[in-house]
Amino acid sequence: MKQFLSFIKKEFLHIWRDKRTMFILLGMPVVQIIIFGFALTNEVKNSKIAILDYAKDAASTSLITELDASRYFEIDKNLYSYDEIEAEFKKGKIKLALVIPQQFASDLQHFNKAQVQLIADASDPNTANQLTNYATAVIMDYQKRITNDRKLPYTINTEIRNLYNPQLKGAYNFVPGVMAMVLLLVCTMMTAITIVKEKEMGTMEIMLVSPMKPQMVVIAKAVPYLVLSAVNISSILLLSRFVLDVPINGSLVLLLFESILFILVSLSLGLLISSAAASQQTAMFISLVGMFLPTVMLSGFMFPIENMPLALRIVSNIVPAKWYFTIVKSVMIKGIGLHAIWKETLVLTGMMLFFLTVAIKKFKIRLA
Amino acid sequence: MNAVRVNSIIKTYGKKKEITALQDISFEVKPSELYGIIGPDGAGKTSLFRILTTLLLADSGNATVDGFDVVKDYKEIRKRVGYMPGKFSLYQDLSVEENLNFFATIFNTTIRENYDLIKDIYQQIEPFKDRKAGKLSGGMKQKLALSCALIHRPSVLFLDEPTTGVDAVSRKEFWEMLKRLKEQGITILVSTPYMDEAGLCDRVALIQTGKILSINTPQGIVDDYKKPLWAVKSPNMLQLLNELKERNEVEDIYPFGEYHHLVLKNNIKREELEQWIKQSTPEAVTVEAVRPDIEDCFISLMKN
Amino acid sequence: MSTDKVITAEQLTKRFGDFTAVDHISFEVQKGEIFGFLGANGAGKTTAMRMLCGLSLPTSGKATVAGFDVYKENEKIKKNIGYMSQKFSLYDDLTVKENMRFYGGIYGMSDKQIKDKTVFILKHLHLESEGNKLVKSLPLGWKQKLAFSVAIFHEPEIVFLDEPTGGVDPVTRREFWNMIYQAAADGITIFVTTHYMDEAEYCNRVSIMVDGRIDALDTPSQLKKTYEATSMDEVFLKLARKAVRNAD
Repeated sequence: MKQFLSFIKKEFLHIWRDKRTMFILLGMPVVQIIIFGFALTNEVKNSKIAILDYAKDAASTSLITELDASRYFEIDKNLYSYDEIEAEFKKGKIKLALVIPQQFASDLQHFNKAQVQLIADASDPNTANQLTNYATAVIMDYQKRITNDRKLPYTINTEIRNLYNPQLKGAYNFVPGVMAMVLLLVCTMMTAITIVKEKEMGTMEIMLVSPMKPQMVVIAKAVPYLVLSAVNISSILLLSRFVLDVPINGSLVLLLFESILFILVSLSLGLLISSAAASQQTAMFISLVGMFLPTVMLSGFMFPIENMPLALRIVSNIVPAKWYFTIVKSVMIKGIGLHAIWKETLVLTGMMLFFLTVAIKKFKIRLA
Repeated sequence: MNAVRVNSIIKTYGKKKEITALQDISFEVKPSELYGIIGPDGAGKTSLFRILTTLLLADSGNATVDGFDVVKDYKEIRKRVGYMPGKFSLYQDLSVEENLNFFATIFNTTIRENYDLIKDIYQQIEPFKDRKAGKLSGGMKQKLALSCALIHRPSVLFLDEPTTGVDAVSRKEFWEMLKRLKEQGITILVSTPYMDEAGLCDRVALIQTGKILSINTPQGIVDDYKKPLWAVKSPNMLQLLNELKERNEVEDIYPFGEYHHLVLKNNIKREELEQWIKQSTPEAVTVEAVRPDIEDCFISLMKN
Repeated sequence: MSTDKVITAEQLTKRFGDFTAVDHISFEVQKGEIFGFLGANGAGKTTAMRMLCGLSLPTSGKATVAGFDVYKENEKIKKNIGYMSQKFSLYDDLTVKENMRFYGGIYGMSDKQIKDKTVFILKHLHLESEGNKLVKSLPLGWKQKLAFSVAIFHEPEIVFLDEPTGGVDPVTRREFWNMIYQAAADGITIFVTTHYMDEAEYCNRVSIMVDGRIDALDTPSQLKKTYEATSMDEVFLKLARKAVRNAD
């Protein structure tokens, strides 16, 4: 036990003495959260839209006011015919137009059902998609409100895609994504690199020749990164809660438990890589290409998995971050409990056991 | 009982076992002997040391260290050997004392417990104990590494090329330290590519491309050299070398320090030798009969 | 300046902060000379050699290599020197021929020159059948001999050898020195560092650096006389033991 503690102490000294790396490891999540939260956000703010109002009744006017009042949109122009829409799009200033048909108010009143049309400039499909989503959300808000106000027997329910993110804030998606990325980077890459470094320096030979159990060497190397990751999770959660205003809706304990599970998966992956790699560069390369890229691409954090071809959807299932990403979204943002994410939790546990077993089996008590 | 016993060890590498590192190696090391494995890079020294320190498995053959089998009893051996690998560098970002403390704990001991053993060596670097290992000079690093390998009072110490890349002064000091350690009863196996270090060992095994050329005391190896050996010198050494190479009487000639060493097939008198050297090289030539040293023996063994 | 002085150094100095790595060294090397450059670890050999190769600017002092100034004409210097060290020599994952083609290409040799020279060298070293083998599959001794051939592939005026024979067996070591003698006889100046003191004897002149200064410079036999020593090993120990500095 004393050997073990002494080893862990040594690892902390390594981290502590290499101030630059330590700063990067601890500062990276902070910077990422801030960059993703503010700069790279795909939030819409004061986008200019055009209105083609055929109705010009009380209901349409109040809907337009509602849109204008929201901080996402600003009415730039009132149009009088369809043709004008295309002309405006071509000018490039306006990306979205709202068309309100005649009898808008009466349709609402009599049938509790009315149609509006959103026309977006889809030359930039992402923006178009976002703008229509935002506009839909505002219209739904309006609809809900008038429904409540009038206490009508019928409510019109249209499917809303951003059900759990009423404000449509980009940060909601990024926080779980950054958590998965940072944990993977710190745990997998750093663990792999430090173990391989001992191999390169020849100290691993001494460790093997010493009475210390080889498995203990490996576990001792992983402990400091577990601690570092705990610090990172805390700083991410604090930042997202108090700076980005992303609430933690579900149980914090559950969230931390799931994060530790994911850390263990990442650490075992790191150990596995270290047993295969002979140089620090190889370890880094495998971690980046083999782990980091799939996490960014296939976890659902950057690109929605539903939109991917079947092959990629299947592949995404073996990316641990995908499961963790789902879990964090569910617990943190939707506020769901373990009952809804037991499947994902089970998958991660399975992955951890699998990787850890393989890693320890592959770890040699001798050289090559 | 022998401290180390190696019996018909064969080790190959590669998928088809196409690279042979050790071909049927056998030797024995007595307790508290300073035993040198002398040979150039690629002779198989490191493979041999790794097999004996239980880090590698041999293809065939067996070996014991301190009476324990290197395969079966590897845990027992790991408790009682000290090992300094060739490319071993300490933790550069830890101080001298932190390094030593760490290795002490890893081997279940403390600096205090075995201080008397490393005192001689450690005292020389103790004034710098707060300095990072990365900031030490080559000689000091080596002393620290030796202290770390000794901290658990091993019964057998394996030093793989401890003096490679180290300058002549530090090398000399290092060998003096080894001599004192041996007096404390520690068996030491040391490998080196420097032939001149052979003379500092009790016994040596000369090794080349995985084969042992000869095992003996340094004196014994020299005594085994039976051919007539002369040192020759002239103002134009290259010409002398090329001329003499062509003579029938000459078995071998090679540069050796300021002289060329001339190996003859048959004994001849000095005057006779001087005579026929002068025929081909009229310049002033010095001729002296010399006693071979380990390097002459190694060259002769290699060429046979 | 006479043309047979291939290297001249006058009060050449290199400081790193307040540490003087090379401290006002002055010497000259003649064309075709084998010049041994000795010193303990940390004495300043590597720094001095880097300045002469045009890799590092001196802090003060003057030096010319192959007639070119180390301050202003380091590109020209690089064209006229060869370099080989124990650590960096040939690319392991290229074949012997590919290595030669690469180095020839770097020095702007024509395809035909490269081809002829490759054939010549392989024949000379009796390695004709090894030309298409990967360098890593060759024994160390062959590698070092090949590396030396490659270092003088472009027929430089001077070749710098940094511990070229470390770890090489005694027979190959001597074959290596034969190649050095041959190159020197062909007019290539040899500037060599080594830890083997017997090799110091093979040099025409030897300089010994201690704490950044050149403490001794002479022929091996004269050095032994001056320091009343029987071997260069003794001379070296006598001088190097005076060192106070302890850098690496």
